[in-house]
Amino acid sequence: MTDTAAKPGLPARRLSAGDILRDYGILIIIVVLIVALSFASDSFLSARNLLNILNQSAPLFIISCALTLVIIGGGFDLSTGAVFGVAAVSAGWIAVNVDPYLAIVAGPMIGLALGTLNGVIITGFNVHSFLVTLATSLVYRGIAILISDGRLIPVRIEEFSWLGRHRIGMVNVAVIVTFAVMLLMMFILNRTKLGRAIFAVGGNEEAAILSGIRTNLVKIFTFAMSGAAAGLAGVITVSRISMAEPQAGSGLEFEAIAAVILGGTSIMGGAGAVWRSMAGVLLIALIGNGFNILNVNPFYKSLTTGVIIVLAVALAATKPRR
Amino acid sequence: MEKDRIAVSVRGVAKSFGGTRILHDIAVDILEGSVHALVGENGAGKSSLGKIIGGYYTPDEGSVTVLGQPVQHYSPREALGMGVAMIHQELQLVPELTVVQNVFLGRESHRLGVLVKGDLARFEALEKTCAFGLNPLAKVADLRIAERQKVEIMRAIAREAQVIIMDEPTSSLTEDEADRLHEVIRRLTAQGKTVIYVSHFLDHILANCDRVTIMRDGRVVRTDPIAGETKQSLVDSMLGQKSDIMWPDLPPAPPPETPPLVELRDASTDAGLKGVSLMVRPGEIVGLIGLVGSGRTEVARALFGADALSGGEYRIAGELQPRMTIRRAAQQGIGLVPEDRRKQGLVLTQTTRPNVSLATLDAISRGGVLNTGREVARTRRMIEHFGIVPPHVDGEVARYSGGNQQKVLLAKWAVARPRLLILDEPSRGVDIGARQRIHEFIVDMAREGVGILLISSELEEAINLSHRSYLMSEGRIFAEGPSSGLTVESALHRVFLEQNRRSQQKEALAP
Repeated sequence: MTDTAAKPGLPARRLSAGDILRDYGILIIIVVLIVALSFASDSFLSARNLLNILNQSAPLFIISCALTLVIIGGGFDLSTGAVFGVAAVSAGWIAVNVDPYLAIVAGPMIGLALGTLNGVIITGFNVHSFLVTLATSLVYRGIAILISDGRLIPVRIEEFSWLGRHRIGMVNVAVIVTFAVMLLMMFILNRTKLGRAIFAVGGNEEAAILSGIRTNLVKIFTFAMSGAAAGLAGVITVSRISMAEPQAGSGLEFEAIAAVILGGTSIMGGAGAVWRSMAGVLLIALIGNGFNILNVNPFYKSLTTGVIIVLAVALAATKPRR
Repeated sequence: MEKDRIAVSVRGVAKSFGGTRILHDIAVDILEGSVHALVGENGAGKSSLGKIIGGYYTPDEGSVTVLGQPVQHYSPREALGMGVAMIHQELQLVPELTVVQNVFLGRESHRLGVLVKGDLARFEALEKTCAFGLNPLAKVADLRIAERQKVEIMRAIAREAQVIIMDEPTSSLTEDEADRLHEVIRRLTAQGKTVIYVSHFLDHILANCDRVTIMRDGRVVRTDPIAGETKQSLVDSMLGQKSDIMWPDLPPAPPPETPPLVELRDASTDAGLKGVSLMVRPGEIVGLIGLVGSGRTEVARALFGADALSGGEYRIAGELQPRMTIRRAAQQGIGLVPEDRRKQGLVLTQTTRPNVSLATLDAISRGGVLNTGREVARTRRMIEHFGIVPPHVDGEVARYSGGNQQKVLLAKWAVARPRLLILDEPSRGVDIGARQRIHEFIVDMAREGVGILLISSELEEAINLSHRSYLMSEGRIFAEGPSSGLTVESALHRVFLEQNRRSQQKEALAP
């Protein structure tokens, strides 16, 4: 047996400095930012401030975690902000008029249903998820307006607001929920059949079909998860600010997509990781926090975040494609 | 025409990628007006050398001289400027444009950048040289691969290329189409153009080239006129030792009374099958012989549930399958190794392990949770079993050679233990070593009772590796019999005879 391929023609499989920078660059940037900020400000590197950052960004963390599954599966979800809005006003209404605990459960469930609907439309009509979720985001936002009658719903109920406001020891309940979601998504992606199928569907759908994988179900699942996460994020936000408004979560879909891409998950599908999206959110959050701590003109925040995303994506694009 | 002028001279060229040297001290002279073959196993460096001449790679050391001019900073664009064009294995055309638009892409007739008429006339002029008979206004997306290749060749000629490099030009052509391509090559060389012909198909090289450079492990073994060569002499030099293209012994054919594993009766599909009846018994290797486009792949698709039957019957182990789907086929133990492994077989964003596991996730999971330990152990066994190189459980499949990628794909079905395995072009584009391993695998599977349907454009393979074969033409099966009674020549002869017979029939029917 001659195994010629062992010899030339095959690039060495060693990690070069460039590869490491590409694959773990986001972590390096985060560490650098943390070090810089802790020198710049005494108050930065305190457990309180760091937990505060996590707590503030909990909704974005949760959405981005689940969105990672969609994007690895080769999809795109532009409706998370609108789903967030529907869940927010529904939960607010239910908390006020029915039962606060039911409201907490209902948020993610409504999100799950709307996400599933996205998935069913995408696979049923075989339309690109970009178009479908663009359209459903308008529909869902409309539903949110109808439910709330276009008004704010004040929700000052202790049995409801603990989710967004309470702490256990030092740690906010929302942060604990965020970590639970993160661990669940990591488990699904790395340890289950379903996770494998998501990678395969995003990496090469035809190969997945020819391997007997029910690719449509897999896609629907990823959108359902994304919807549920958006719903959960909506409930947490309402419970935190004691107020549900129909426009809640506008623009959140883009922040979430930006975080996932910033982390290094491939927009083409088939490659990526949940921890990357977490790192992406953290980076965006740190930039915001840095602006606050350093008292820099916040007008530059959006610009800075945008430039960093472009740089990160450009760096990732230098990876040789085969 | 002077025969001995040198079109391309390569001297002392070396090239490395990521610390691995893929070409060492290459020296080759390519004579003007000749067809010069580059042969070698996968990874021997023949494609890389072609790409250096074509300007796609820049050599680290050494020099390249084209038509007397030394080449420095070289890119495909500059190569074209010097008269060198490369035609790739994966053709580089714009599918949504027409033939004539593709041929003159970037060189349209224009006045101050505004398109004007004239391209069609230029196309007609080109057609006088080429005589391809292409419709200039046809959309490239609607053309077959052989025709697209002609578009590429016309494009090269339209750019006044003197040296045309063809990388595996016949790999997706039928024998018939390959013959026509070779005619074109002869016309080109008769006009003094030089063709560098990179290929795995030794028969084509022996029949159509003037000189051959044999490469091994990134070095030139020798360059000689083709006249004194045989298939054996080429293979010996490629492998560096005496060896034969060995066909493994087939297991005994199952007795004819064995009930079929799968059976099509008078099956038709919208994809082009017309009343096909065929069966495969457990432990039997069945070859499908026919030209590309004769319906071989369509048979595979029907058996795998990818195309629904519009007429006829499909039975698996005697049971009628009224509504077949891919999922049902997979559940009933039918596996397919598709023709295009990169597009249809492998998930290139993933490593070896998930690729091997993809069709059998159930077997290594409980309640949907994967047992990683078992998966790694199983993958490791497969890597060893097939000799996959590099032998990493989580190796980057995207960077593997064609042969090793194909082994990963076969490993996927080896762990699945299917009842029927359909192999569509299992050894296309792989080197001889990997090919023999693949052949052994096919025979091993049959010995274990797996029914095998083998589709191969290399008739030698389909005939020597099967118990029984079906001959196909235009979506129909026109003959069936034991493969031992066939030779490549006789099979081809019958296929062409059938084609002629049918076209005469059609003519007779036409008013």
